[in-house]
Formats: sequence, structure tokens, C-alpha cells
Amino acid sequence: MSINASGWKPEMGSGEGMEVQTFTGNRALMLEEPLIFEMDEAGGCGVDIAPAPKVTSRLGGLERKRDIGIPGLSEPQTVRHYTRLSRQNYAIDLGLFPLGSCTMKHNPRLNEKMARLPGFADIHPLQPIDTVQGALKVIADLGEWLVKLTGMHSVAMSPKAGAHGELCGLLAIRSALEARGDAREVILVPESAHGTNPATAAFCGYRVENIPATERGRVDLAALKARLGPDVAGVMITNPNTCGLFEPDMIEISKAVHEAGGLVYCDGANFNAIVGRVRPGDLGIDAMHINLHKTFSTPHGGGGPGSGPVVFSEALTPFAPLPFVEKQGDRYVLIEEETAEEHHGRTFGRMTAFHGQMGMFTRALTYILSHGADGLRQVSEDAVLNANYILRSLDDVLDAPFGNSGPCMHEALFSDKDFGGGLSTLDVAKGLIDEGFHPMTMYFPLVVHGAMLIEPTETESKAALDQFIGALRSVAERAKAGDASLKAAPIYAPRRRLDETLAARKPVLAWKEPTQGVAAE
Amino acid sequence: MSLYFTKEHEWIQVEGDIATVGITDFAQGQLGDIVFVEVPSAGTQVSQGGDAAVVESVKAASDVYAPVSGEVVEGNAALEADPSLVNTAPEGEGWFFKLKLSDEGQLEGLMNADEYKAFVDSQ
Amino acid sequence: MRYLPLADTDRQEMLRTIGAKSIDDLFVDVPEAARLSGKIEGLADHASEMSVERQMGAMARQNMVAGEVPFFLGAGAYKHHVPASVDHIIQRGEFLTSYTPYQPEIAQGTLQVLFEFQTQVARLYGCDVANASMYDGSTACWEAITMARRVTKRGKAILSGGLHPHYVSLAQTMARFTGDRLDVALPELTAETDAERLLASIDGETSCVVVQYPDILGRITDLTPIAEKAHANGALLIAVVTEPVALGAIEAPGHMGADIVVGEGQSIGVGLNFGGPYVGLFACKEKFVRQMPGRLCGETVDAEGKRGFVLTLSTREQHIRREKATSNICTNSGLCALAFSIHMTLLGERGLRDLAVLNHARAVLAAERLAKVPGVELVNDTFFNEFTLKLPKEARPAVRALADKGILGGVSLGRLYPEAEALENGLVVAVTEVVTDEDIEALASALQEVLA
Ligand SMILES: Cc1ncc(COP(=O)(O)O)c(C=O)c1O
Repeated sequence: MSINASGWKPEMGSGEGMEVQTFTGNRALMLEEPLIFEMDEAGGCGVDIAPAPKVTSRLGGLERKRDIGIPGLSEPQTVRHYTRLSRQNYAIDLGLFPLGSCTMKHNPRLNEKMARLPGFADIHPLQPIDTVQGALKVIADLGEWLVKLTGMHSVAMSPKAGAHGELCGLLAIRSALEARGDAREVILVPESAHGTNPATAAFCGYRVENIPATERGRVDLAALKARLGPDVAGVMITNPNTCGLFEPDMIEISKAVHEAGGLVYCDGANFNAIVGRVRPGDLGIDAMHINLHKTFSTPHGGGGPGSGPVVFSEALTPFAPLPFVEKQGDRYVLIEEETAEEHHGRTFGRMTAFHGQMGMFTRALTYILSHGADGLRQVSEDAVLNANYILRSLDDVLDAPFGNSGPCMHEALFSDKDFGGGLSTLDVAKGLIDEGFHPMTMYFPLVVHGAMLIEPTETESKAALDQFIGALRSVAERAKAGDASLKAAPIYAPRRRLDETLAARKPVLAWKEPTQGVAAE
Repeated sequence: MSLYFTKEHEWIQVEGDIATVGITDFAQGQLGDIVFVEVPSAGTQVSQGGDAAVVESVKAASDVYAPVSGEVVEGNAALEADPSLVNTAPEGEGWFFKLKLSDEGQLEGLMNADEYKAFVDSQ
Repeated sequence: MRYLPLADTDRQEMLRTIGAKSIDDLFVDVPEAARLSGKIEGLADHASEMSVERQMGAMARQNMVAGEVPFFLGAGAYKHHVPASVDHIIQRGEFLTSYTPYQPEIAQGTLQVLFEFQTQVARLYGCDVANASMYDGSTACWEAITMARRVTKRGKAILSGGLHPHYVSLAQTMARFTGDRLDVALPELTAETDAERLLASIDGETSCVVVQYPDILGRITDLTPIAEKAHANGALLIAVVTEPVALGAIEAPGHMGADIVVGEGQSIGVGLNFGGPYVGLFACKEKFVRQMPGRLCGETVDAEGKRGFVLTLSTREQHIRREKATSNICTNSGLCALAFSIHMTLLGERGLRDLAVLNHARAVLAAERLAKVPGVELVNDTFFNEFTLKLPKEARPAVRALADKGILGGVSLGRLYPEAEALENGLVVAVTEVVTDEDIEALASALQEVLA
């Protein structure tokens, strides 16, 4: 034979357990990425802009005199920068994202495709009405679905997110009360409520008072009734609530509040648990926001945007905000200020420029049409089933403070009871990161010590749930055993625990050129 | 010079008609790393039980109530630059504000050091 | 149902684990009276991807697409060319399908983007610090007014007549409930802004003066004298920028003394989207940072000393401070902020300046051409890429007639100020880099026909 030794021999190598300090700081696919400000090669640019014709300036002598100070990069550098950064993020597309109250469900790509149709994405909000009939139909159709699914009377589509929806609902409540000459000042909010509830009430001039929860994690009906009176404008109740439980007394709560002359706001952030099985309108509420970015699958995008349409009872409908879409014959019209008097004289007015989050409407309607009424009901059932499966699969190892009082809705709640060695919910969360999961919501709701709120959503298969349950069980057992190594978690994430104290004591909120050598300007 | 404590975990050191107010070592331990303190400026009138200052850790903000009524004569400016003084020297350099007492009688309702210790132990 | 992975056998097995006989057992807390037994009337059942695409496509086709016709609309939303890579990047699942970065160790991607975004916005506006975004320009504007109230402990805001009417309208809605006093005025169809009125109105009770730059009619005013007068009276100057591209050409409001600068970021990276989602930009002087609304991203180090980023100063926010929070905002406009930031990175200093120069030049050419249409007058002396024409007759029907001819010719002041007769002949025309010479010619000749 002729031996050809010019090839190479694969070798398994040795050096098990060795840590190498790489030259770049990278670790293979885990790449360190500088800030754009540190990459700028003076004058970089990733767009080609046509030369401008020569004209006489009309800028009134206010031409910019100094540099803006923003770096530019070519297209390949730009794509690489953001692609590298993206890989440092966890996402639903990567795995189970059990962030309670946030409803991290799959974001269908058909939604994205539809939202990008030029007929939706490339139209201006102030085009003449006759040139945007299809867009108005999307708003009207989505609104109709929301009204029917909630059993309410009307819908305001313009609020930009859940908290903005809360504001919309409270402004309508205040307007309705003022219209009858009743200047009430207090909004009652359960202790377990999301922070936006009290913040919103204060933002529109109300004083906030807490109502306590019962041992079963529900609104204390007796305490609520005792506090109702002529100064109480209304209540803000989350249902299903932030402990993941349905408020069984909701009908009675609504009745009591109405009898005392107040109105009922429902925080509908958790509507995803009951779509198709319960209509909030049947619970006697007056207003409720719906987070399209939770229940109806529009993406969270690393923090937003969202959309928070508000459904109203008949009593509050006349006070709903402008603008809104109305069908007149076979034509859709947008009621803005101009015709407001004749149609809608008691509206509380406008709460945003233009008409709301169109890009979210197209996505949500696409999702709704995809699932249909039958599918949406199945969605809620699967979401509730998945949460209960988690609750019952872990309640032997983790304390479920309301686990004895029956099933949960779409999220399972645990506390930090019996953790050893000074370990906390935070440590469990960081331990889950090393297991390849996004942690659950921690320390919310406030009514449970070291709360861990787990919302799997209907997106998860049984296999995915079983893997998550196994991982959390393992981390929980370590926490109960006081395994100090949890304090070091996460070890395998792109960063170890970050110093939040330093960040808050000496805030650095924008990049500054290092001032070495040359004195600053 | 005498030292008093409140159930809201504040200490009050009185010299003449001037009271220096801060939060106790127990309180700072509960709050964790202090990242920001907002103290009242001189001339502010505070009344017993009313909001007087704010102390913040990374994940919590707590109101500090005026333990007694009076006019603020000085807020501790050092806390602005170095809020961690509240952690390292809560009952010394980490004081919050000084006020001129308007009603010395209010001191009578407060606890002394032993009573406060017993109070904390019972918590 | 293509989005639901559970099979019926899974469901049965899981119910057994739970100890429930049927799914109904899990809904026992729902009172009988509120349980839906049958289907909700009038709602369709699930549909295939293809079928949904057809339904949505049919609605999309009923709209006149900006990119397919001569297009001149602005007034708070502008059509610019967005590079293809922007949309590619924001569709990466790691950005699109992540949440607010509450767990910083596995959200450094989003956090570093936010830190870069904050720096870009602060520099563009000439401010020290910017937040991680608001819903849009209009809500950012109201937040700025309430922030000025907190800073100055005064409740009277003076709003320029050149402020976008929707922004004014929103402030009026809110002020009715919060007790803030607003001093407002309509714009006048003149070359002069209402700077004189603002200067005359500032007094010792004023919390802030709110000035749009360039304003709703496209006019540009020097903010410096207004800032000086405001500061002399202990008030703040809030500048509102609805067209950020302008700041590639004109002085940043922060450099003219504005204390808070807010605005709409839609022009850069986001697209028209029929009005939303957009991205509110919010920046101010460093000394006011603890009064700011919204999320802030800050630099820090991890346990190994490596640089990293976290959300910080959260004690201002609703989830910690509840009813004492600086704002109720929670979900913001994260993905649009990312789009803004990517587009800004592609542009850089040079690109933004060139883009601004091009916009201005095309607008000047258009203004000169349109002013030659018989009966049409150019209102502005100064403008960037948007100016106002005074037509010899009511502009609103003229805009509709132009649309019938396949031209989206501008925003009539009748649409923006339905009750103001003095403004009804005004037409606001925006001219960006996407407008061609042919488009300008088409508008000029169609306008001539419509006015004839
Ligand atoms: C229970 C609850 N209410 C209100 C909100 C606020 O909604 P958004 O973030 O859309 O403003 C949330 C979202 O985080 C929530 O979980």
C-alpha cells in the first residue's frame, strides 16, 4: 500500500475540566460584544443616501453646530452586532418561559407576516378614511371579537398597553361619576394587585386604599363591603387574580360595589385563563382591559410594544375615549373630534395620538381567526390544565400557599417556605437559569412570602412541562437542603449575578468617552 | 443627651431642643444595601407620624416618618454622595436629619434602648 | 390546532396526575351563573394558515399603500426608507419573543441594546440621560408635563399652539382629572410661531412651557430665549420633537436649554403602521433622573467583574413604588426602540446628517414648486421637511379629491382642527427622501386641477 500521511487524524484530546482564559474573552459560541460606541470607525455608515440637490437653507439659522456623537456601522457590522447580542437573550423561541402574569405564549409567525402586509404596515394614520377601509375593518372586527368574547357592550381600541387600558377604564369611571355629580375620591385595590393598578389610580387623581386578601388568596369580601361608602369611586379587581385564582365572589363584589354607588374595574391581564369559558360581562363588571400581548399572542419584544383595548359595560359606553371606529352602512368611519358631539358627547376625550396599536391589532386578529372560537376555548383549557399539572407535580416539594383550596387557573403559585441555609426565591430563580429555563415571576404577588408565580401557558407540550418540573424539583430540593452552591448561580449564563446595588448607587445610564489622557472639553 | 426609639425603627438623639433622627441598625439590616436617601431640607416643617424622608434599597422604597414634630434644621448631605453610610453607621454618620423640637412632650411616648431591644426581639 | 401541542391522551394523563375527572373540575371556582356552556354566538371556528392569510390579505388590499402613490403626509408620523436589515434583526426570536429584561444574566442582549438606545437618544436630543422608551410621542409629552409638576411643585403648563393637536388633546383629557392647569392656544397660519405669547405667559406659577420643534406647521423657532425666560421664573422648558430626522440638521433642544426633551421616534426604523406601535423618546437633564418615568438601563459589573447591564433606579416604578410611582407605565415600546437603535446605528453621524440634508433639500424644492400653483401660498419662512400651504379653499375636501386621483397629498388642518375655521385652508405637506421629483410634479398638477 502507499501510506498517505497528508490527511489529519481526528483526536478526542484530553484536558478534562480545564478552564482556559481565551484571548478574546469569548467562549466559542458565547461571544463578548462591545458597545457600538466602542466600535465606531469614524464616519462609518450602513446606508447609501442619494446626494442632495443644492437649495437655499430654510432652517432659520438653527443649523446644528456640533457633532451629535452617534456612531455608525456598515450593514455587515450592524447585522453581526445585533445578532451577537441577540444570542445573550432567553426567549420563548428557545424554551419554556414561565413568567407568571406575563403570559409568555408562542408568537405565531403568521401574525408577523400579516402585520407586515404593506396594506397594514405602510399606511398613514391620517390618510383620508376612504383610503383605509380595510384597516378600519380590522379594528372593527377585532373589537367585535373582544366584545363578544367578554360579553361586554363596547370596546375602546386606542390604549397602548395594559396600564394605559387601566387608565382608560378609570377615566371612564371618573367621568361617569362626575356626570352624575358624584366626586368620589377613593379606589380600592387588593393587596395582591399588580403595581400598575395603584399607580394608575394615582395617575388620574385617585387616592388608593388596599383591601386585604383572605387566607385562601381571594379578595376579602367582608372587608371590602365594610369599606364601601360614598367616597369610594370603585374597585380594581384582577380576575383571575394575581395568585392565579378565580375570584368566586366576583358577582357579589360587583353587586356590592354598584349598590354602594361605585363602579367595577377588572384587570383583565389574566383573561387568557377563561376565554371561551367565562365572559367577564356576566360577572357584573363595568370595564376591563385586555392585554393583546398576553392573551392574544402579540410578541413582547423585550418589553413592548403591547396593546390594551378596554371593554365597557353599557353604563360606561357613553364615556369611552376618542377616537373609535363605527360602521355606517357598508362604510367604516373613524369618529375623531369633529363629529364627537353628535355621536358621543360624553366621551372623556383622547388618550393618545392617532388610533391605537394597529400593528398589534393585525397580529391579534390573525391569532383569533387562526384559533377561532373553538380553539380559543381549547387554549384556555390547556393553559389551566398545564398550570394545574405543574401545581400538583411540585406541591410535595414546594409550599403552595393556596394549594389546599382547590385548583388554580392559568398559573401556579409557590412560596419560599422551608428553604434552608439562607437561600431564597432569588437563588432558586438563578438556579433555574443554569438549568436552561427562564425563571418564574419572583416576589410577586406581594401577599406571598418569596412568591414564585409560574405560568406555563398552553404553548408547552407535556414533555416540556415534565422537563421543567424535573429541573425545578431538583433546584427546590437543593434550596431546601441549603445547598450553598445555589448562591453562585447562574454559573453558565453569559453573565454571573450582576451588581444591582452598584448600578443604583452610581447610576451610569449612558455611555461616555473614556476621559484618559486628554482633558474633557 | 438622651436616646429614644420608635416602633418604626427610628432613633432620636436629643440635645437641648435639637433632635437628630436616623434609622436603627435593625432597620438597615432589614432593608439591605441602601442605594438612595432623600432627606428633608432645612426649614421643612414636619409633624409627628408624617412623611419626612425616603430610604431606598435596590428593590424597595420605604418612607421614614417624623418621630416628633418640629422644624428641620439640617438634612444629612453626606447621604446624597454616600447612601451606604446608612448601612455602615446607621446610628452615627448615617443620621438622616436634625430638627428643632416643637413639643418635647412627644418624646414621652417613645421607647428607650432597652425597651426597643425588647420590641425588636419580640418581632 | 397548530399552536397547541397537547394531545388528548396527554390531557387525560395530566388530569389523572392532578386528580381531576375532567377539565370542568379545574373551573369549579367559577360561579354557576357565569359558566358558559355552549358556544358564543356569531364567532367563527379555527382556520388554516392559508385561509387566515386570505382573509387578512383581502382587508389589506382595501387600503391605499403609502409606498405605491405620491405620498406627502406627516403631522407626527413620517414615511422614511427603513433598511431591510432592521426588520430582519427585530424578527430574531431572541429579541421578538423575549420579555422585559427582569433576569439580567439571560437578557444582556436586550439590556445592552437599551443602554445603546438611551445613549443615542440622549445625544440626539442633547440631553444627559434618556429612558428605555415610552408608548409614543403623545404619551411621553404628558409624562413630561407631570414630571415638570413633580420637579417644580407647580401645576400650570403653557402649551405652544404649535404643539401637535393630538398631544394637546391628550394633555387636556388628563389635566381635567389631575387638576393641572393648561394654557393652550390654536396655531395661526403665519410664518411666526407663538414664541411671543409663550414668553409673555411665563410667570412664577408656571411649571413648564411645552414647545414643539419643528412645530405642527413645520416652523422652527430658536428655543433659547424661551428656556432663559422659563429658567428665570423657576419653570422648565419641555421640547417636543415629532420628527427626529430633523435633529440631523438643526440644533438639539437640549443644547438650547430644554430641561426635558420628548418625542416620537417612529421616523427612524419603525414605519407608519397606521399610527402604532410607535416609540416615545424621553430624555432630560441628569439632575432630574429620579423624577423620570419609565424603565432605565444602567451599567454595572457581574460577580466576576465583567461589565454588564441591568434595569436600575426601579424604585421610581409602579412595581415597587405602586401609588407613589413616577408613572404607571409597565410595558413600553421595546421592540420599536430596538428598530430605532438599529436604524440609527446604520445611519451613524454621517448618515443621519446626509439624510437630514436630503430631506430638507427635497422639501425646499417641493415648497418652491407648490407655491407656484395658482392661489397657493407657502405659510412658512422656516421649515425642515414639512411645511404648510394656504390653499384658496378648504383643504380637507381637496385632500380627498387628491386621494381620488391616487395622490396622498398632505394632512389638512381641517382634519387636525375640525372646529377652527381660520385654519381650514391649511394643508401640511411633508417631503422626505422617499418623495421623487415626479411625485412633486404629480402633486403640483393635481392640486392645480383640484383647486381650479
Ligand atoms: C396583572 C397585571 N396587570 C396589569 C399589567 C400591566 O400591563 P402592561 O404591562 O401591558 O401595561 C400586567 C402586566 O405586566 C399584569 O400582569
